[in-house]
Amino acid sequence: MSQPFRTDAGGRIDRSQPIRFSFDGEALSGFRGDTLSSALLANGRHFVGRSFKYHRPRGILSAGSEEPNALVRLDRGQGTPNMRATQLELYEGLAASSQNHWPSLRADFNAIAGVLSPLLTPGFYYKTFMWPAPFWKRIYEPLIRRAAGLGEVPAGPDPDWYLHRYAFCDVLVIGGGPTGLGAALAAADAGARVIVCDEQAEMGGSLLTELAVTIEGQDSAAWIRSALAFLSAHDRVTLLTRTTAFGWFPDNMIALLERATDHLAAPPAHLPRERVWHVRAKEVVIAAGTIERPLVFPNNDRPGIMLAGAVRTYLNRYGVKAGTRAVVATADDSAYGAALDLVAAGVRVLAIADLRPSSGSKWTPAARSAGIEVMPGTTITTTTGRHRVTGVKIANVAAPSAPRSTVACDLVLMSGGFAPSVHLFSQSRGKLRFDAASQAFLPGISSARERSAGGCRGIAGIEACLKDGYEAGAAAAEAAGLKPAAAPRFAVGGSHSTPQVGLADQQVATEDATSGKAFVDFQYDVTAADIRLATREGYRSAEHIKRYTTAGMAPDQGKTSNLNALAIASQALARDIPQVGLTTFRMPFTPVTFGSLAGIARGELFDPVRTTPTHDWAAARAAVFEDVGTWKRALYFPVGGESMEAAVARECRAVRERVGLVDASTLGKIEVVGPDAAEFLNRIYTMRIDNLAPGRCRYGLMLNEAGYVMDDGIVGCLAPDHFHLTTTTGGAAHVLEHLEDYLQTEWPTLGAWLTSITEQWATIAVQGPKARELIAPLVDGIDISPQAMPHMSVQVARVCGVPARLFRVSFTGELGYEINVPADYGQAVWEAVYEAGGRYDITPYGTETMHVLRAEKGYFMVGQETDGTVTPADLGLGWAVAKSKRDFVGKRSLALPDLAATGRKQLVGLLTDNPDDVLEEGAQVVDDPNAPFPMPMIGHVTSSYRSAALKRSIALALIKDGRARMGAKVHVPMPGRTIGATVTEPVFVDSTGSRVHG
Amino acid sequence: MLLIGCPYCGPRAEIEFRNGGEAHIARLADPASASDEEWTDFLFMRTNPKGVHAERWRHRHGCGRYFNVLRDTVSDKILAIYRTGEPRPDLPAATAEATGEGEHR
Repeated sequence: MSQPFRTDAGGRIDRSQPIRFSFDGEALSGFRGDTLSSALLANGRHFVGRSFKYHRPRGILSAGSEEPNALVRLDRGQGTPNMRATQLELYEGLAASSQNHWPSLRADFNAIAGVLSPLLTPGFYYKTFMWPAPFWKRIYEPLIRRAAGLGEVPAGPDPDWYLHRYAFCDVLVIGGGPTGLGAALAAADAGARVIVCDEQAEMGGSLLTELAVTIEGQDSAAWIRSALAFLSAHDRVTLLTRTTAFGWFPDNMIALLERATDHLAAPPAHLPRERVWHVRAKEVVIAAGTIERPLVFPNNDRPGIMLAGAVRTYLNRYGVKAGTRAVVATADDSAYGAALDLVAAGVRVLAIADLRPSSGSKWTPAARSAGIEVMPGTTITTTTGRHRVTGVKIANVAAPSAPRSTVACDLVLMSGGFAPSVHLFSQSRGKLRFDAASQAFLPGISSARERSAGGCRGIAGIEACLKDGYEAGAAAAEAAGLKPAAAPRFAVGGSHSTPQVGLADQQVATEDATSGKAFVDFQYDVTAADIRLATREGYRSAEHIKRYTTAGMAPDQGKTSNLNALAIASQALARDIPQVGLTTFRMPFTPVTFGSLAGIARGELFDPVRTTPTHDWAAARAAVFEDVGTWKRALYFPVGGESMEAAVARECRAVRERVGLVDASTLGKIEVVGPDAAEFLNRIYTMRIDNLAPGRCRYGLMLNEAGYVMDDGIVGCLAPDHFHLTTTTGGAAHVLEHLEDYLQTEWPTLGAWLTSITEQWATIAVQGPKARELIAPLVDGIDISPQAMPHMSVQVARVCGVPARLFRVSFTGELGYEINVPADYGQAVWEAVYEAGGRYDITPYGTETMHVLRAEKGYFMVGQETDGTVTPADLGLGWAVAKSKRDFVGKRSLALPDLAATGRKQLVGLLTDNPDDVLEEGAQVVDDPNAPFPMPMIGHVTSSYRSAALKRSIALALIKDGRARMGAKVHVPMPGRTIGATVTEPVFVDSTGSRVHG
Repeated sequence: MLLIGCPYCGPRAEIEFRNGGEAHIARLADPASASDEEWTDFLFMRTNPKGVHAERWRHRHGCGRYFNVLRDTVSDKILAIYRTGEPRPDLPAATAEATGEGEHR
């Protein structure tokens, strides 16, 4: 019979829309409005998973996001593991599977872990798997990894897409139950911009379960409808269902996760699967409600043992009877309401074991007249059953080892009271206070602009919650600068359950080897004995106990276990609960997908991509690109299927023999203007800038204040108050910030202004003996003869008809120019130069050739030969440090003992014994390759290439006292062999530097 | 995600800014005449308080200006914002206390 545990009528499900779904391959049916858990229970399926460590059979415990047991895999697309069945909305064709078992749910091999449990006590992994040592890597770790975890990770990338939204409001209301709706009504009445979010598919919270209550004369469903109609008609109110507030960030930035399509059978392609809302709220009302607390008794984890409030929710909201013969164990009145509702629906309730001593519950007479045996001062001491609970033993709380009765049942309702949900309040860095009267942690001193209302601050009862919510909403609106309306009366009639908020006084039944495990944290299989063991081993603070036992560390973050663990620990330590303390709540409140956090920043949009003006031209020629920061630069231009090695050799030869063309646009460029521009630059660089004449360039070496090389480039003087400087590609932003720092905060009276012009100019470098011949016909308006434009000069001219700044500079050691034109003309000028270069067989080259050519000349590169610890003297750049300047950034540090010491690493060249051995960059250099470990290392290889000009390998290295070791033999140990090399001067081609003057 | 009130642009999200270290650290007037200890103190020694910290922020993805902030390093609350060159403001005693210590961190 289909859905044998569905009531004949009632519930908020739509019985006119049946839905077919499957679980573990079994075809089942439910109705629209069901969750997967309610539909499973309607079909009598309680056993839905195996526990984390012991692989015990587990069933559905709750009806909400606090669910620790019913974690299933949603079989859609790649499959999503670890989804709470209580939050999965049923749709036509939904397929889900249980997890953490092999070969099947019913016959799980790893249930043997239950037998091994005495060996698997808390922290067992600190005491085992240590011997023999080699076994860890090859045997223990792989086995443990296979056994660990719950769900299976999907094999492929996430096929769904996700969005981020940024929203601002006057009042954010977290929670759409009676309290939250009250707050929203108040804020809307005051004219505030309001956002209301609730993690469930519909607003209403606990009102969705209260069938017998009336508000202002309407039944709860009708009242919710009219409140929502009012709110959604309001154009300043945004209602978000299926939206969890999962993280609180400084200054009232709250992150919400909206599940946009998981409830749809066929998600439309134009909708993202989820949206993360970044909400900046002036004020917040936290109306997060409460979470029911389980009871801790031996074998309290069998399928069919559920939270009392959840059983009532399944009945009233989903029309599902969770069993046929029920026993209730409670320390709270609300479970009586659940019991009576069950009786009215035709479920036999055999007994209520009330942990409280007196029979003072006002519900007792009603319960007894309904035929339920009420037993005050008793508790459940153990249960029977394997894949479903079959019976319980009940004993007096005072004498737990002498059971009074054994009751056969298939459903157990347990309630230890309702704990206020203070997670978000804590995340907002509010201080909790422990209320002794209710034995509950309540929000204390606020740190952010928020206030809690309703159940989450200890208020119980619908009328009280509506009123509290409205007052909080009004207060929030007022704090946001609005004028709240007068509070209406919410006349609440009918009967409803008033849950006891707070930790009910409960006695935890003794757990020992014979009576069975009493679970505290269901999701990580932590028992009461485990908590006591931790205290016996010396752990006294909640933070230590948590980490040693792993209680509260599962994905549910201890929603149903934190307080029980704390109560047991405080009992074992004989300390008050507030003394032991509560652990820190952290985001996310419930798990969030990685995809939602990434949003659109995936694949091609992971990082911004910056391209140069000639990018398309290079791409059309099948250039191979490399990433330089966020830039794409051509690495080499392979021709006719040649290898990278062949391409680079060809490009290098072309530049040294004829002429080459490279795009240098990515290098940073900064325009410096003002009457004090020269004085400012003089204080920044190591060399003198104050005597740099218009039309001249100078090599610019920049140190940080600690004396280390930070960046380098060219300083070009266009006029006494006008400079164009270049930086490395990667250092552009950093250098600009460095300059702004000094100008704004150290020397604000200097008249100098900076503009980043990196992207405004394209830089086309023409390098090689034919460079001048090539560009001469393209340059208008100036004389570029060697006398008029010597090496290291700059002129303003027109090139190919386009306004240009023409630099004669070289990073190759050959005669060379850098043509700067406005970026929009970059590709056109490049193409014109390339075409004009045809008669010289001009060769485009990439960054790899650029690196080889400069290394042949011994030109260092920031970040290659330097790492933030290298001084000018280390690089042999003493000549670049102006002795006549009393001060510049970094100068004073050069005189510090460590920087001025002997024995520092110095830049040298290395030539390997075997000319075909290309050293690895970063390889360590040693004097004696046979020295015992640890070998003294005298330096490392910084750059290494095959030189086309020398037809052999070359390398640059930093070696201690390098300049005193010219000609010495050194060794580079590599895995499997040692490479011999000779120390040389760090220049391999044209050591006199005459070619650049060609 | 701190909301930082740039004196030039108004309140903007933290991600637009870059922290510039402790404020009011003036470069020595004549480094050449400083002793090694005076110079390295300037380079490396910082107050590093638990509590109110005077620090610089730069509105990197905005106006590019540096300005100063008094921020409590325990509560992460911004207590005052003032421009480069202005003296560090005195906080009313109540404000300094109310930032309090965070518990259960």
